[in-house]
Amino acid sequence: MLRITGGTVYDPANGVDGVVQDVCIAGGRIVGGRDLDAGARTIDAAGMIVMPGGVDVHTHVAGGALNFARGLVPENQRAARKFLHGLDRRAGLGGMTPTTFATGYLYAGMGWTTVNEAAVPILSARHTHEELHDIPIVDKTSLVLMANNEFVLDLLEAGEVERARHVVAWLVWAAKAYGVKAVNPGGVEAWKWGKNANTLHAPIEGYRTVTPAMIIANLAAIADDLQLPHPMHLHCNNLGVPGNFETTIETMNVLQGHRAHLAHLQFHAYGGEDWSSMRSEAPRVAEAFKANRNLTADAGAVLFGDAVTITADGPWQHLLYQLTGRKWGNLDVENETGCGIVPYVYKDRNLVNAVQWAVGLELLLLIDDPWRIFLTTDHPNGGCFWRYPEIIHMLMNAEFRREQVRRLPEKAQQRMVLADLDREYTLSEIAVITAAGPARSLGLTRKGQLGIGADADVTIYPVKPDHGFLFSYPRYVIKGGAIVVEEGDVREVVDGRELIVRPAYDVAIEDYIRPLFEKFYTMSFANYPVEIERLRNPEVVTPQP
Amino acid sequence: MLTLTLKEAPSVPLEAEVLSPDTMAPLTIDGIRALPVLLGKRQRRLDDFFDVDGEPGEDVEVRGDVHRVKWIGRGMTRGVLRIRGSAGMHLGSAMAGGTIEVWGDAGDWLGAEMSGGTIRVHGDAGGQVGAAYRGGPSGMRDGLIVVDGSAGLEVGMRMKRGTIVIGGPVRDFAGLQMKGGTIVLRRGAELRTGAWMNRGTILSLEPLDLLPTFAYAAAYNPTFLRLYARRLAALGCPLPFEEAEGSYRRYTGDAAVPGRGEILVWEPRAETGPRARA
Repeated sequence: MLRITGGTVYDPANGVDGVVQDVCIAGGRIVGGRDLDAGARTIDAAGMIVMPGGVDVHTHVAGGALNFARGLVPENQRAARKFLHGLDRRAGLGGMTPTTFATGYLYAGMGWTTVNEAAVPILSARHTHEELHDIPIVDKTSLVLMANNEFVLDLLEAGEVERARHVVAWLVWAAKAYGVKAVNPGGVEAWKWGKNANTLHAPIEGYRTVTPAMIIANLAAIADDLQLPHPMHLHCNNLGVPGNFETTIETMNVLQGHRAHLAHLQFHAYGGEDWSSMRSEAPRVAEAFKANRNLTADAGAVLFGDAVTITADGPWQHLLYQLTGRKWGNLDVENETGCGIVPYVYKDRNLVNAVQWAVGLELLLLIDDPWRIFLTTDHPNGGCFWRYPEIIHMLMNAEFRREQVRRLPEKAQQRMVLADLDREYTLSEIAVITAAGPARSLGLTRKGQLGIGADADVTIYPVKPDHGFLFSYPRYVIKGGAIVVEEGDVREVVDGRELIVRPAYDVAIEDYIRPLFEKFYTMSFANYPVEIERLRNPEVVTPQP
Repeated sequence: MLTLTLKEAPSVPLEAEVLSPDTMAPLTIDGIRALPVLLGKRQRRLDDFFDVDGEPGEDVEVRGDVHRVKWIGRGMTRGVLRIRGSAGMHLGSAMAGGTIEVWGDAGDWLGAEMSGGTIRVHGDAGGQVGAAYRGGPSGMRDGLIVVDGSAGLEVGMRMKRGTIVIGGPVRDFAGLQMKGGTIVLRRGAELRTGAWMNRGTILSLEPLDLLPTFAYAAAYNPTFLRLYARRLAALGCPLPFEEAEGSYRRYTGDAAVPGRGEILVWEPRAETGPRARA
């Protein structure tokens, strides 16, 4: 039991905006003050900021692709921060692609207590869950890749949407996932023919009628029909390409009012015809986004410095490899998806990178409803998650932002609107984009808030940090009622849970999938679904249709 | 001068990056004796393995067969490090200045990713001399490495600047993915010399079996070689450059990259007859 007293509480989900009040914890949940014994431990948070623990709506922290990336960049691993093993702490490395245990320590050390692994092929779901289990402290959800799955696409080609819904539901449960992810719909399937899907309304390679638009509309509708707590999580077509803002806006139209979460919107808001004429179209994307109330998004902001790009978007990664000429990893995941990995350095002297950097911040500032856009870097694509405090600092300080803009090449400054934006985030808004908003979008009702009955995931920041930016080093981090970080150091390592969804489906669908699977996959069908026993701390959510 | 005499060769590799003038110069003799080294995974004291005598300073001599002692002179920036015996892997790795001289052999990764200073090995060296570590974008970025004897695989792999001179025969993949700098092969090399090289110069005094992706350009006597020859002659490594003695056949490549590197192969004048490959 724990009483946090004297802190200034920001709990936007419950309308608490900077009020000095107690937060009481018992049994891993937030409780009322009367439910606490007199002997409960008290944390004196006077002069500190009390917020719900952070929720990362889109990150890549586990699984086959990330592991491939770890192996591809030994030079980053050598330079990375080292974590030495202790009595209850395991050894590990930080850096661009932190090892599993270090990922948990780094997220918790920053005050984040829930993460969403945003891209899991069903075929590597078992591996992903093993790694998620080894990420301590934080709670985890994961999304399963679906927009290039040949079972699903074949059913759409045949017009069998009803059966496709059962297949999607079966696949979500087979992967023990939390929701549905769509990456470059149709494009990764076309990549298997050496092609891509650049326009939403043309049939993709290998199909007569299936278009990216058809995949997007149907998957979004299926996710809605299945009452998944998180809507379809969409990585739009034409990621990273100059002029792609038109595709992004057209995607919003294609969704026809269905819910969707647009991932790393920054990578989808560029104008211009080619790399030399590339410019920010954040204002037009923000305008269209604001008009579509069915949507949420995360920023996918870029920070200058090292990154490793990891995505199921195979064709884009091949292009990026040709641009960088450094290293390239490519994975073909049988009939489900692909994957590409390219180490990348964002340079402030580079016109394209400077525009990318600005677009992420512009979207966060122009989309004025913080409940609909969330803080991410699409870790490790745009930068590492442990650099979030740098972005928060820029969001809260317009003058600091302008100072950064003035350091960019003159030409780049003309391609962005960032210097014209005066908005400064309030602490309450920061609590929304880092915790309350992503929790609501993920349908995690007990996360991102400090109301009675919520999970006791609380972060306490000093108002005047000794070093680094505000939010760099929380004074205390409480996860499920346990004080896991104190004075910037991990004190207690608890296991996080895995939240998974069991959508409703007709069990007979397995009779449809099995023969197809045995015909086209290299593994045995019995080994395909992840057994629930594989997960060590699962919490199953069952949507009620 | 500070002397460190090996008491007994360790049975497993000893990691001793503290064996560097930078670390030892500011310390007292007792401080030096207490420096940490790793025997396998166990931390031990330097004087468990070495007798430490003399005056602490920037002049350090290591005596004994230290071929199982790794990382000597790692990252050193100044001073002189003499090794009377054979040194282990990663000698002078990432060094930025100063001089290392070895009267004996050196292991793999000699001067890997170094950015300055001089290394002289009177015996043989292992592989990856002046190379990039696995995954790293560039190897040696400046400085000079001279090996009197032979060297192993991937000499100068991904090197960016600086000079490597190998007196004896060299194995495969010398100058692999080379980005700049100069490699002098006084006794030639085995296969795939300069594979994937982008820029830089590989100079061989012996005929080479070149990859088909290197194109013959010309036979000439490059002017810059007079400067190189003068410097290397002072180190006891003369380079021929006079037209009266012969000329260099210049090959460009590796066209598989495509790269703009050059391989210069010395060809003595015809009347003296082509030299037999050693």
